[in-house]
Amino acid sequence: MALGRTYSVALVGLNGYIVEVEADIGQTLPAFVILGLPDASLNEAKERIRSAAKNSGIPLSRRKITANLIPASLPKRGSGFDLAVTMAVLRAANDIKPTERTVFIAELGLDGRLRPVRGILPAVMAAVQAGYSDVVVAQANLAEASLVPGASVRGYRTLARLALDFGADPQELVLDFEPDDEPGHGEPGPGTTGVPDMADVSGQGDARRALEVAAAGAHHLLLTGPPGAGKTMLAERLPGLLPDLADHEAMEVTAIHSLCGLPSAAVQLLRRPPFENPHHSATAAAIIGGGSGLPRPGAASRAHRGVLFLDEAPEYERSVLDALRQPLESGELVIHRSAGTAAYPARFQLVLAANPCPCGKASGKGLDCTCTPMMRRRYAARMSGPLLDRVDIQLQVERVSLADFGQGGAEEDTAAVARRVEDARRRQAERLRTFGLETNSQVPGRILRGPLRLPAAATRILDHSLERGALTARGYDRVLRLAWTLADLSQRDSPDPNDIGQALGLRQAASAAA
Amino acid sequence: MKAKDLLGLRGEELAAGYLESLGMLVVERNWRCTEGEIDIVALDGDALVIAEVKTRRSLDYGHPFEAVGTAKLARLHRLGAAWCRDRELRMPLRRVDVIAVVDDGGGDPLVEHLKGVG
Repeated sequence: MALGRTYSVALVGLNGYIVEVEADIGQTLPAFVILGLPDASLNEAKERIRSAAKNSGIPLSRRKITANLIPASLPKRGSGFDLAVTMAVLRAANDIKPTERTVFIAELGLDGRLRPVRGILPAVMAAVQAGYSDVVVAQANLAEASLVPGASVRGYRTLARLALDFGADPQELVLDFEPDDEPGHGEPGPGTTGVPDMADVSGQGDARRALEVAAAGAHHLLLTGPPGAGKTMLAERLPGLLPDLADHEAMEVTAIHSLCGLPSAAVQLLRRPPFENPHHSATAAAIIGGGSGLPRPGAASRAHRGVLFLDEAPEYERSVLDALRQPLESGELVIHRSAGTAAYPARFQLVLAANPCPCGKASGKGLDCTCTPMMRRRYAARMSGPLLDRVDIQLQVERVSLADFGQGGAEEDTAAVARRVEDARRRQAERLRTFGLETNSQVPGRILRGPLRLPAAATRILDHSLERGALTARGYDRVLRLAWTLADLSQRDSPDPNDIGQALGLRQAASAAA
Repeated sequence: MKAKDLLGLRGEELAAGYLESLGMLVVERNWRCTEGEIDIVALDGDALVIAEVKTRRSLDYGHPFEAVGTAKLARLHRLGAAWCRDRELRMPLRRVDVIAVVDDGGGDPLVEHLKGVG
């Protein structure tokens, strides 16, 4: 029988689809045709496959080889199909046994070695979901593929070894070739590098407190202050305060980073929240995802379940900042491009940092500031109202005073703060479980003012502000959310007037500036 | 005569014998015109067969079939038409066959045959 059939996985965004690979050997002049919307790198597979097969001792048939990737209408890209096509062709030539429902995902080297591909985690997840739990990958991808529960994964170094296990003639195979392990050329991923410690921050009591509250309630955060006040320093310390990711969260985060990174051998489940710090010259496509053909995830998706830090936020294009409003609402980004639509999760904690004005000196009395009022107003207006509306904590950070700066080492370290944050997270998760929520920042106003309504005595100061017009209805809800987080941090069952006063203070600063 | 030409001649000899063993009638060999050369012209029943023979000593430089590209195939079809014009024959059933001979000098040469290509 001159027809071989194997399976592989095509990724569209994070969603994988099983692809059936048919290979046929026709009795005409030698040729190699790949059908089923292959992209350039998949079309190059022909030459890789011919050389790899020859150098493994199982040369391809000298006839017309037609490989068809089904469904034909789904665009397929990348080198991960190399192995599936090769195995189908070898099967068509009767060089190996039928491979049944095994899924093959690997790139081939000319010498017949199997090379890792990126996105192996989402691909294997899709295969298992579709009921194909037998997966063969390159040895360098084995650790990552094995993270998927329910998958029975085998890793191979060379095509020859793989063919041997599928019944190829050992007399012909080149089995003495053992390639070295792939050098890990991907970045180690977030969480593995040292996160800076809170103990390094001198003084800045208010800002430290704001950071702790932001971490405890997953509130978005805006830090305004002059250059050198330590805004960036503070923001970089936020991921260290966040609790470890739960199993399903860790899988989501690892899947996204598997898709973004270079194929790398250094993979473990990413347990720490990622931290993304794009430069302010970034385009909308870089932040929310995009690119030609099939869209790839951007910084917002790489920051999923972690922190997206936009330093010098007013310097970003306004359209870029406003593009973040959708993921802030829905926790997901749906991107359309010519080759298809991809949906990437993007539930991140947003941290914005901004100078008070273009020259950066308009803090305190602002006597040194050289900006005109018009310049200041334009600068502040670059962060649109609808965006800032979603930022619960808006804090003014001042330069550290000499008195605080002198005494180093007296500050609390990250571990101590993280313990309080974890405790607060647990308290709110227990309280909010009945509503299907996890953190205070997610609680909608109708629950705050409904089942979680506070006694009038506690909210008096708030009601007063609302009456005076100093607080909008939306602002009212946000203060309530913050007050709940503050209560959780101080291990109280509900906010008292003091918590509400503090919460009001955490967002007063910006309303004074705006 | 050069060695490579001798090899080609031996291959064509073998191929002609092979075609005849299949019951074909070899009409003409090495027919030349301004456009090129037909190695073997044969009749397979009612069909005119334009056969191209490729001979190699080994597979080190690729299979003989791989040396027949689209341009050569197109030329063979044109040559078939030219042969018919030259002989003032009307042959509605006409096809191009390719025969590969691998002959390493010792033992039996390997003959492979593709019918009706292109």
